[in-house]
Amino acid sequence: MTQIVLAIVIGGLFGFTLDRIGATNPNYIIRMLNFSNLHLMKTILGGIGVGSILMFGGLILGLVDPGHLSIKAAYIGVLLGGLLVGIGFAISGYCPGTGLTAFATGRIDALFFVIGGLVGAGAYMATYSWVAMTGILDNIAGGKTSLGQISGTDYPAMLTLLDGEWLGLLLGVAFVGVAWLLPEKIEPQASGYITRKLR
Amino acid sequence: MTLASIFKTPMSWKTGSLLLGLVFFAAVLLVKPIGVSTQFVIFDGVLWDAIEPNVVVPSDEAKSGFTSTNSYLAKSGGKYAKSVANPLNYSFVFVVAMMLGAFVSAIIRGGVPKDERAIPEIWRSNFGDSSWKRYIATFAAGFIVLYGARLAGGCTSGHMMSGMMQTALSGYIFTAGVFLAGIPTALYLFREGDMK
Repeated sequence: MTQIVLAIVIGGLFGFTLDRIGATNPNYIIRMLNFSNLHLMKTILGGIGVGSILMFGGLILGLVDPGHLSIKAAYIGVLLGGLLVGIGFAISGYCPGTGLTAFATGRIDALFFVIGGLVGAGAYMATYSWVAMTGILDNIAGGKTSLGQISGTDYPAMLTLLDGEWLGLLLGVAFVGVAWLLPEKIEPQASGYITRKLR
Repeated sequence: MTLASIFKTPMSWKTGSLLLGLVFFAAVLLVKPIGVSTQFVIFDGVLWDAIEPNVVVPSDEAKSGFTSTNSYLAKSGGKYAKSVANPLNYSFVFVVAMMLGAFVSAIIRGGVPKDERAIPEIWRSNFGDSSWKRYIATFAAGFIVLYGARLAGGCTSGHMMSGMMQTALSGYIFTAGVFLAGIPTALYLFREGDMK
């Protein structure tokens, strides 16, 4: 029961935040990807940084249970899947979370994204055995690997010489730093130049 | 951070970062990292199981207590099969609550303008006024995105945000893929439109 209450509170706050930062608006997502407005990029990078600082800070202080971490496996399909997500993300301006929330804010095109998503997820369920046979789901680089060694977890580390918590904290600061330095908008001439190059 | 800054949309990137970071942190502190795309599979499973009741069945051999005729739902000890059998679980309720949260936020800011509801303005500047053209494109994009997200094992929330936040190698690989494909696609498709 506590779990359900937490799901409602954290989930509700997450959806509220997605709408407040403009992530439910496909114009902002597409403008982030074609560099005409980097506002959302700054927010996402900053959000990752703040989350990292709090989480690794909490781990160092012993306030966060390392058992709550969940590192996903690395395999070739992660890159291939990422490329597919990138294409659809750019066409529509939606990802799974923002597609659902955009639909909830009243965007009709997002409903079509969600229906397409349900069919796409179904297609993956139907083709999963075949995909697994190709070997692209086999772990690479140790599988559920983190960059540094995080105490209290069994995840293999890329860089065993570094303390994973401090590395995480440092990377969190770096994410905030990059968010800070990134311009809100790239000069029209500059992004126009990129576009002209493509033509 | 003033109260007024929370009610401006989109909020300043600094306020937005703080709020977003706090939510992702709260999720790890109290339960587990945020993820969304798995729930598309769970919802599909619920629909499928409603039509064909034998898709998900209890099993003493499976670690979760449930298994499925579908190999994807049955994988990892049947954890997806279990969620299909009991949709009132943390991750599924989380996604429903997420939609409610966005709905409340949209109501407060007066909703999405009418001319934006079917076609976002950047699409209109590049591809015109046909709603069905936009709907077909977003349907196809939804298909590609969820197929890709399931292949990758996560999406923007699970891999990019939660993953990179935890210094997961997979999060960095996924994010590289998204931007490697997403940036050229967006630059190619969306060349017109005012800078806003």
